[in-house]
Amino acid sequence: MHYLTSADVTRLELTANHIRQSIIEMLVEAKSGHTAGPLGMADIFTLLYFEVLQHDPKNPNWADRDRLILSNGHICPVLYATLAHAGYFPIEELMTLRKFGSRLQGHPHREALPGLETTSGPLGSGLSQAVGMALAERMDNPYSSKYFYCLAGDGELNEGQIWEAAMLAGKEKLHNLIMIIDRNGIQIDGYTKDVMPLEPLAEKFESFNFDVQEVDGHNIRAMNDAIGKAQAVYGQPSVIIAHTIASKGVDVFERDFRWHGNPPGKGPEDRVPKSEQAKVALEKLRTLAGMISKTDIS
Amino acid sequence: MFANHLDTKVGTPDITKLPSRNGFGDGLVEAGKRDAQVVALCADLTESTRVLPFAEMFPKRFLQIGIAEQNMASVASGMAAMGKVPFIASYAMFSPGRNWEQIRTTVAYNNVNVKIIGAHAGISVGPDGATHQALEDIGLMRLIPNMIVIAPADAIEARKATLVAAKHNGPVYIRIGRSDTPVVTTDDSPFVLGKAELFYTKKEGTEKSVAIVVTGTLAHNALLAAVELEAMGIGVSVLHMATIKPLDVDALVSLASAHDAIVTVEEHQITGGLGGAVTEALSSTHPIKITRLGVADQFGQSGEPDELLAHYKLDVKAIVEAAKAIVA
Repeated sequence: MHYLTSADVTRLELTANHIRQSIIEMLVEAKSGHTAGPLGMADIFTLLYFEVLQHDPKNPNWADRDRLILSNGHICPVLYATLAHAGYFPIEELMTLRKFGSRLQGHPHREALPGLETTSGPLGSGLSQAVGMALAERMDNPYSSKYFYCLAGDGELNEGQIWEAAMLAGKEKLHNLIMIIDRNGIQIDGYTKDVMPLEPLAEKFESFNFDVQEVDGHNIRAMNDAIGKAQAVYGQPSVIIAHTIASKGVDVFERDFRWHGNPPGKGPEDRVPKSEQAKVALEKLRTLAGMISKTDIS
Repeated sequence: MFANHLDTKVGTPDITKLPSRNGFGDGLVEAGKRDAQVVALCADLTESTRVLPFAEMFPKRFLQIGIAEQNMASVASGMAAMGKVPFIASYAMFSPGRNWEQIRTTVAYNNVNVKIIGAHAGISVGPDGATHQALEDIGLMRLIPNMIVIAPADAIEARKATLVAAKHNGPVYIRIGRSDTPVVTTDDSPFVLGKAELFYTKKEGTEKSVAIVVTGTLAHNALLAAVELEAMGIGVSVLHMATIKPLDVDALVSLASAHDAIVTVEEHQITGGLGGAVTEALSSTHPIKITRLGVADQFGQSGEPDELLAHYKLDVKAIVEAAKAIVA
C-alpha cells in the first residue's frame, strides 16, 4: 500500500476528471452506451490503474501483473478510458467505441483489446472468474503477492451466481481476492431499493466470510486506505462496498437511474434538453475541477 | 464388414459393456499425469461423473464447487486464463443445460481452455426420468462458436477423447453416458478430432444401400442393425461421427455418394443434434434422402435404458425398419 500525499490525491483527481471528459466524449460520439456507472467509477478506476495495480501498459500480458476483472461489463467506457489514459492504446481510439470494426466493443471482449482480462456483459460472472484466477494462482504459488480485483455493480448482486462465487471464495479463504462493489443505488429499472433491496449488504458478505469495508468511493485517500487494508487481510476474501454517486461529476445527471443506460444527448430531458446534454456535461466537469482546458467537443 | 480395429466380440451378445463415463474417468487421471496444469472441478457429482479417481490422486488439483454449475463454468474460465486446463463435470442436463450462457460468454467467447464433461447424457440415463435425460446438449453446444463437440462411442473412445481434449487448446464439450454400453472399439481404433470413422463397410454389388451415421453409445445398435440389413440383401455402411463439431463433411459426402440414403442415429432430439448437423451439411454438398432417428420433440420418462431405447425407436429393430423404409 502506498501512502498518498496531497499532491498525489490532486494528481489522481485531475486524472479522474480527464477520464470523465473522455467518457462523455466517447459516449456522445457513440450515440449509445452507459453514462451513470462509468462517471461514478472514474475515481476508483483512476486510483487502481494509476496507483494500486501492479501492471505494465507496455507489456499487458506480463505474467506477474495483478488482475482486474470487470464484472459489470456495461461500464466499460470507464475501463477503456482509463486503459487509454494509462497508455495501453491511443486515447484517440476511444472515439471508436461501439463502432463497426472497433476494438472497443459495446461490452468488453478479452481478445479484442490489450489490457482486458475478460469478456463481460451478461451480469454476475466476474466474481466467479476472479475466484478461478485466484485459485489457480494459489495452486502454483501459495505465497503469491498478486491480487485479483473484481469490480461489480450493486444491481448485478441480484444475480445468484454472485453468491455462488462468494460462497466458494469464503470456503477457499481467498485472501488475495478483493471485490469492489459500485454501490450507486441504481439499476436500469430504478433504484436498487425498489427493484430488489440489497440491504443489509455488508452483513450479507460478512455471513459469506468476507472482510467487509464500506467507503466513500469518491474519496481517493479513503479508497486507497481501504484497498491497503483489504490487501493485508489474511484467511478470507475482501469486499469494499464503495458508495458512489451515479453520474458523479455532472450534477444535473447525478443520482438519477434514468442515466444508467443513456449517453449524453439521449438522456432524460426534464433538467437539460437533449441537444444541450453533451455541452452541459463537459462544462459541469470543468466547473468541478476548474483545471480542464480542452475546448468544447464538436 | 466390421472395421478390423473393432473389438472381436462386436456384433455378438458377449461384447463387454461398460459405462462410457468410466473411460472419461480413466482418461482424466491419465491426462492429469501427463500435464500438471490439468485440474478438475465438480458440482457435487464426483463419483457418478467419475471425477473421483482424479480427485483422490490429485487432491490439490481438484475443486469441489458444490451444486453451482454456473459458478463452476466461470471459475474454470478464470483458471484457464491463468494457464490451467480445467475439466468441469456434471450431468449434461445441468452443465451445459443450466450454465449455457456462462459457457457461451465466459468460456467460448472468451476462448479459454475449458473442457466441459456432460455426463448422464441421452435417454439411456433411465430411471431418473426426463429431468435428468439431456436430449438437447449437442444442439446447445454445437451452436456456440469456438466449441468442439464430441460424443464418444464407448468407454475406450471416451478415454481417448479426454486425452485429445486435454491436448487441444480451446473449449471442448464431451458428452458421456451413464449406463453400461457395448465397448465396440479397441485401443488400436483410430481416434482423430474432427474425423469420422467407418465402423462397418458395405458389401459391394447390392441393389440398394443405406448408410447409418451414428454418434455416441448407440454405435453397437447401429452395427447390429447393419448385420441384419446385410442379411436382407441391403448394402450398409456405418459411420461413427464421434466429433459432431467440427463435422467431417468429407466423410459424409463420400458416404452420400456411395449410398442411396442415410439414417442418422443419436440419443438426442431429432432437431439440432447429429441429424441436424448431417442434414445441414449434405443439403448444400450432396443432397440425399435422410431419416433422422432420435427423440422426436418429446421429453423422456423413467424406465430401463433398453425399454426407453425401444420406446423412442432407437433400438436395433427401429434402426433396421427405418433403413428398410428409406430404401424401399
